[in-house]
Amino acid sequence: MLKINNIKKTFNPETVNEVKALRSVNLEIDEGSFVCVLGTNGSGKSTMLNAVAGTFMIDEGDVLLDNTNITKWSEHKRAQLIGRVFQNPFSGTAPNMSIQENLALAFKRGQKRGLGWGLPKNKLDEFKTIVRPLNMGLEDRLENPIGKLSGGQRQALTLLMATALKPKLLLLDEHTAALDPKTASKVIELTEKIITRDRLTTLMVTHSMQQAVNLGDRIIMMHKGQVAYDFKGEEKKRLKVNDLLALFDELRRKDNIDQGVAEMLKEQYV
Amino acid sequence: MSLLIGSFTIGLILALLALGIFISFRIFDFPDITAEGSFTFGAATGASLIVAGVNPLLASLVAFIAGMAAGAVTGLIHTRFKINPLLAGILVMTALYSVNLHVMGKSNMPLLSETTVFTWIEQFSVNISGENARTMVLGWDVAVKDLWLLLFCSISICIFCMILWWFFRTNIGTAMRATGDNDQMIRALGVNTKTMIIAGVAIANGFVALSGALLAQYQGFADVQMGIGMMVWGLASVIIGEAIINDNSLGMVIFGAVIGSVLFRLLVAIALRWGLNPNDLKIITALFVFIALILPGLMKNKRKFNLTRRNHA
Ligand SMILES: Nc1ncnc2c1ncn2[C@@H]1O[C@H](COP(=O)(O)OP(=O)(O)O)[C@@H](O)[C@H]1O
Ligand SMILES: [Mg+2]
Repeated sequence: MLKINNIKKTFNPETVNEVKALRSVNLEIDEGSFVCVLGTNGSGKSTMLNAVAGTFMIDEGDVLLDNTNITKWSEHKRAQLIGRVFQNPFSGTAPNMSIQENLALAFKRGQKRGLGWGLPKNKLDEFKTIVRPLNMGLEDRLENPIGKLSGGQRQALTLLMATALKPKLLLLDEHTAALDPKTASKVIELTEKIITRDRLTTLMVTHSMQQAVNLGDRIIMMHKGQVAYDFKGEEKKRLKVNDLLALFDELRRKDNIDQGVAEMLKEQYV
Repeated sequence: MSLLIGSFTIGLILALLALGIFISFRIFDFPDITAEGSFTFGAATGASLIVAGVNPLLASLVAFIAGMAAGAVTGLIHTRFKINPLLAGILVMTALYSVNLHVMGKSNMPLLSETTVFTWIEQFSVNISGENARTMVLGWDVAVKDLWLLLFCSISICIFCMILWWFFRTNIGTAMRATGDNDQMIRALGVNTKTMIIAGVAIANGFVALSGALLAQYQGFADVQMGIGMMVWGLASVIIGEAIINDNSLGMVIFGAVIGSVLFRLLVAIALRWGLNPNDLKIITALFVFIALILPGLMKNKRKFNLTRRNHA
């Protein structure tokens, strides 16, 4: 379904701010698979998702989605195939436009937009039907600007918008990290419901190991711009939070040893 | 009174400018200075074509398209070459100065002896009620032809407003508004925001140029300097409209820009009547916009100040 072949991305190359955010990432994800992505801060999780979504062009490698090589596709063209929810609740919705206008925009994701009426009457009932299960009372406030809603409400709507037209791939980048725990668990519940219902192929970055253990059928752990660990099938099912913590510790220890070795070499040769 | 009716009419003509500024500044959040050049560009194009014997309506339409082209260039410079919107606008505005001189072949082009949209209406008025007909409006003695001009401008502006309102509620227009509101979001929904910005700045400058073309016909000349300060003028109109209407729905903000333009023109006419030096007009407009821009912030600070004082008490 999704195939990431040896992709690399360096930000600000050949400057003091050079960051090798992705150093050769390889990943293959089956159709309908729900993958949780873990990793320390700065390990390249967001960069990998952005590389798939086309936020920037990658330096090397290929991205294939649904047997199509989309490496050269622009971000908006990839949106035909990909639905996204961002970490920042402000990123996924147009704040000064009404809930129904935002939804209407989402129901045209990746399609041609012409001179047809943007808010067709017959769609309004459909909008009500899809927001009602959120139990947030939004069905009676469809004309209100989205900017007035809470972060949790906005993330829930963004999730509905990203999946309004079934995407080939759903990208979630720590989409509950900015929410309070109660709201976050509600949004996660909704996420799982939608993904299971539509059998969506999903890449979900999360900072919560509990979430990663509970959800999905595969866990990958990123480290320093690479996939360090990859668990699927029975292995993933057996995985516990403590196992993940141990892996993080191991990565940290390796880092320290690497640093130690580097310092030792420096002492010896400089 | 005829001064007031004249100001009203000019206010309506300049409402097209205000609508253009509204589109670039408010819908696209794009501070577009191209307007200064495209206003004159519209006037120069329209005037030259009319002098060449082209039908004045067709000439105005070509002026609109010329303005769109200018705006598209600004949008292209900004999106394609990642040049800051202000600088992109300044580049095109500066280039247009030369273009305008070339289009007119001189710095001022009189239209007094030409057939324009407005001489048509005057002719129409003469045919209906005779030469120099006058009538009483609210106890004032006014020329009938001035009323016809006002009526024509009002109807035209209404039509343009309705077209804009309709357009910005179509699928593509909604996507344009979203581009100005949250470009990251609308890109993730499959919209090419660069194209949207180019098209939007083009439409905005089309309106600005049309405003210039009509003003040239109304006042009877086009001048290479006539665009100077027009962007701030349009912005002032938009701000006044927003303050008065105080409603965020699309229809009302469009209406607000028109009301703001008319009101601003009337205020200026009255101020000039009271002895304001015309040379001071631009500095006063600039001051006005400056104050309007900082006022919301000042009021917020004041409120905060009051709150802290209350907390200390
Ligand atoms: N647009 C950018 N410009 C420069 N550096 C970036 C950019 N995006 C990410 N980085 C850097 O790349 C590295 C990986 O970042 P990111 O993918 O956001 O990590 P995370 O795993 O926390 O999501 C970090 O060091 C970050 O500072
Ligand atoms: Mg991140």
